[in-house]
Amino acid sequence: MSAEAHDHDHGHDHEHEHHHKETFITKYIFSIDHKMIAKQYLITGIFMGIIGIAMSLLFRMQLAWPEESFKIFNVLLGDKFAPDGVMANDIYLALVTIHGTIMVFFVLTAGLSGTFSNLLIPLQIGARDMASGFMNMVSYWLFFLSAVIMLSSLFVEAGPASAGWTIYPPLSALPQAIPGSGTGMTLWLVSMAIFIASSLMGSLNYIVTVINLRTKGMSMTRLPLTIWTFFVTAIIGVISFPVLLSAALLLIFDRSFGTSFFLSDIYIAGEVLHYQGGSPVLFEHLFWFLGHPEVYIVILPAMGLVSEIMATNSRKPIFGYRAMIMSVLAIAFLSTIVWGHHMFISGMNPFLGSVFTFTTLLIAIPSAVKAFNWITTLWKGNLQFNPAMLFSIGMVSTFITGGLTGIILGDSTLDINVHDTYFVIAHFHLVMGISALYGMFAGIYHWFPKMYGRMLNKNLGYIHFWVTAVCAYGVFFPMHFIGLAGLPRRYYTNTNFPLFDDLQNVNVLITTFALVGGAFQLVFLYNFFVSIFYGKKAVQNPWRSTTLEWTTPVEHIHGNWPGEIPHVYRWPYDYSNPNHDVDFVPQNVPMKEGEEVLHH
Amino acid sequence: MTSLLVIVVLVLLAIALWQLTKIFDLTQVGSSSDDTQVASDNDNNIQGYIMFGFLAFIYIFTIYGLLKWGNLALHTPASEHGLLVDNLMNITWVLIFVVQFITQGLLYWFSFKNRGHKDKKALFFADSNKLEAIWSIIPSVVLACLILYGLYAWNNIMFVDKDEDVIEIELYAQQFKWTARYAGNDNVLGKANVRLIEGINTLGVDMSDPNSQDDIVVSELHIPKGKKVHFKMRSQDVLHSAYMPHFRAQMNCVPGMVTEFAFVPTYTTSEYRELPFMVEKVSNINKLRAEKSVELVAKGGTALDPYTFDYLLLCNKICGASHYNMQMKVVVDTPEDYKKWLSEKTTLAQDIKAAAAAKAPAEGPKATTDSTAKDTVKAVIDTVKAAIAKVAMK
Repeated sequence: MSAEAHDHDHGHDHEHEHHHKETFITKYIFSIDHKMIAKQYLITGIFMGIIGIAMSLLFRMQLAWPEESFKIFNVLLGDKFAPDGVMANDIYLALVTIHGTIMVFFVLTAGLSGTFSNLLIPLQIGARDMASGFMNMVSYWLFFLSAVIMLSSLFVEAGPASAGWTIYPPLSALPQAIPGSGTGMTLWLVSMAIFIASSLMGSLNYIVTVINLRTKGMSMTRLPLTIWTFFVTAIIGVISFPVLLSAALLLIFDRSFGTSFFLSDIYIAGEVLHYQGGSPVLFEHLFWFLGHPEVYIVILPAMGLVSEIMATNSRKPIFGYRAMIMSVLAIAFLSTIVWGHHMFISGMNPFLGSVFTFTTLLIAIPSAVKAFNWITTLWKGNLQFNPAMLFSIGMVSTFITGGLTGIILGDSTLDINVHDTYFVIAHFHLVMGISALYGMFAGIYHWFPKMYGRMLNKNLGYIHFWVTAVCAYGVFFPMHFIGLAGLPRRYYTNTNFPLFDDLQNVNVLITTFALVGGAFQLVFLYNFFVSIFYGKKAVQNPWRSTTLEWTTPVEHIHGNWPGEIPHVYRWPYDYSNPNHDVDFVPQNVPMKEGEEVLHH
Repeated sequence: MTSLLVIVVLVLLAIALWQLTKIFDLTQVGSSSDDTQVASDNDNNIQGYIMFGFLAFIYIFTIYGLLKWGNLALHTPASEHGLLVDNLMNITWVLIFVVQFITQGLLYWFSFKNRGHKDKKALFFADSNKLEAIWSIIPSVVLACLILYGLYAWNNIMFVDKDEDVIEIELYAQQFKWTARYAGNDNVLGKANVRLIEGINTLGVDMSDPNSQDDIVVSELHIPKGKKVHFKMRSQDVLHSAYMPHFRAQMNCVPGMVTEFAFVPTYTTSEYRELPFMVEKVSNINKLRAEKSVELVAKGGTALDPYTFDYLLLCNKICGASHYNMQMKVVVDTPEDYKKWLSEKTTLAQDIKAAAAAKAPAEGPKATTDSTAKDTVKAVIDTVKAAIAKVAMK
């Protein structure tokens, strides 16, 4: 051991002693260690995910067997909202609304980005922790608080927010219009305002950490694609989330202080309201200025995780590393100028529709580049089908299937007739819902050993993936057809339209797949929670990966590396490099004498 | 029944997989290393084959879906611009299916083909500008064509020529019903504002506006075949969306502003009912309804009425608890029938007058009429008087 290294060890011992003072509370609850915070995000995200998915199963049952009595409805929703086990129409809308809110924000934004940005940014760039550990902790606890408030809204008397997750006013502003727009909506707005504060703190932390705390040799073009996507995602978040916050604040003003930002000329419940001069279309603009980038906030981290996992498990460099970075940047840029494609028929000037059609369809180009690069990464690889790899391939598959129908929805002319139908639901669930969920699962299977020092059971992972994959297509593929038949979304039942009677069998099939798929998530939950305690002990680098997180010890220590932080000498994708005998060369291995860089 | 079958199959599949895991566990007995939870060559082989199987599943499921559910999708458009929309849609579908077929094929085929083996080494193939160029440029060119066609169609559909000869109709949305207002002989809709809602003037039409005098308010929409109909949409409470799927028409109704959409209907209701695809669809629906009726009657309920097709206007923007039941029947008539139908309708001004007249004599003998009704009637009379006075002054 060199004298220098010895010094470092010594220094570390000193540091270690300092951290021994940690109590249970500072270690497990108010922790400022990014690895613990990542786990907190993950567990909270999984918990919210269980609730969000369970809600979708409930309303899917109502759609397949409309107005039939199920005991479980009465047990879960109570006598008020499910008398005799028949789901009431207002709670149906509430379930749809809260399902969307939870899945988009609490699971796929905080649960996905929060978990993996926190876990991987310091570990993969070679930093001891986030730039501000304290802010990181506050970020998590604000997220926790917002989750608690969101869930508490389920218990208010008139029911939770039920104006759809897009909370368009006036519906969301007027309790006269729908009962959920009373206390339920107030809690929704408060919860989201806190959530946004949490998200901003997290994002600023990620950006600063990536810019400032990279280890020696870790240039931007040696960053793993995970870090690139987290970094870009954080930037999009910082740009767009404040706009949602402002929309939420203005809506709070309209609701509580009588202003008219979004409301005008309203006659409801037999009286004219005083609002004048506002416009709901303004709210739609503000909402979608976040709302659209939000889907990229959800999908980009999943793309990063998948890129990383695919390279590792293909034992091949990710194909077109620089093209992948460029496409992420292009997607990020375009994502902020396409929000209007949610509003083609909102009443805004049709000229704007033309502009947004143009920018929207442009996004297909970087997306296509990414898809082809992933496919080429598999070509002539030596594919190791770990569960994480299966989910990654599944993600590319659903991303393509869902993305392609985006060409229809992004085209204003075609959107006229499929807007707000089940076609939209099929599209976005595949392209950002299921895909991001697959990305998240892939990440969990891959980095579980890093988080808990133990392995997930692979065979349970295989079962989990294949049943989920079949059910995901089983649920969302037929949905395209009922959308093309013109069935609007957010209908409590379509029995009032004999025109749609022939869609009922399809609805039953969809719900069946949903129930089976939902039930098999229990396999994952079992695997996850049992493996935390009883899983096989992990080795240091189980997937034989090149990135820095696998150079840290299996047992977590504060500060990540016991000695000096490793230096970086090469890019993160030196898999099967012909200059080396082993099929992976970690980033901290110096270049051999005369070794050429084999990539651009 | 099919759902039960699916459940059974999936459960059996799950049991089979479960049993397989046991076999894997047995094969791993005695291996000393810690990497039992990392994919082995055996796993790679099995998963590789399942990948291939899954590709087959996607293809078969797609074809099955097209055959079984393809006819559920909206068929012949009932409007002029609908042909343009459907044409673009079909082109896009062809493109989507080709790309989907190829990319999914490559993805799963490569997965199967390159399943890992410990003696194999992957090809170090990091980048190729040529390939990147190919799959940036090809989508760009294809998308450019789609965008151009799309914009051409969009501009044709959305912009109504000021000088065009159109029929002006207002669609009025409120929780949870639709009302239509016809512009009458002058083909100009009178001004309106929710602040003027009073009694039977539920649309808040400004009766002092001369253009309002011949406006006709109805709750069933009739439009003539072959004539451009220009809809102006209003909402009195929350967002609604006027969705007429068969005409490929949709536009949101926004409180505080007037939105618009125009189209030319090309089939009368009775012509559309006679189209072969519609005959088949309706007979299929009626078969399903008959089956359901048998079930209902057995349970002591009433049987469902047989279904005949009608065009519909649906609400397609979440608007409250009864959003799922906000609809209006749309009838496309021949121009002659349309004229006849419209001429039989009374104008709003007449309706208001009649309501006032009906209420006024009733007041005498029935002294107990509640005061709100009285007030309303009075107010209506006042409005009408004011309107007449205004017109007279001009």
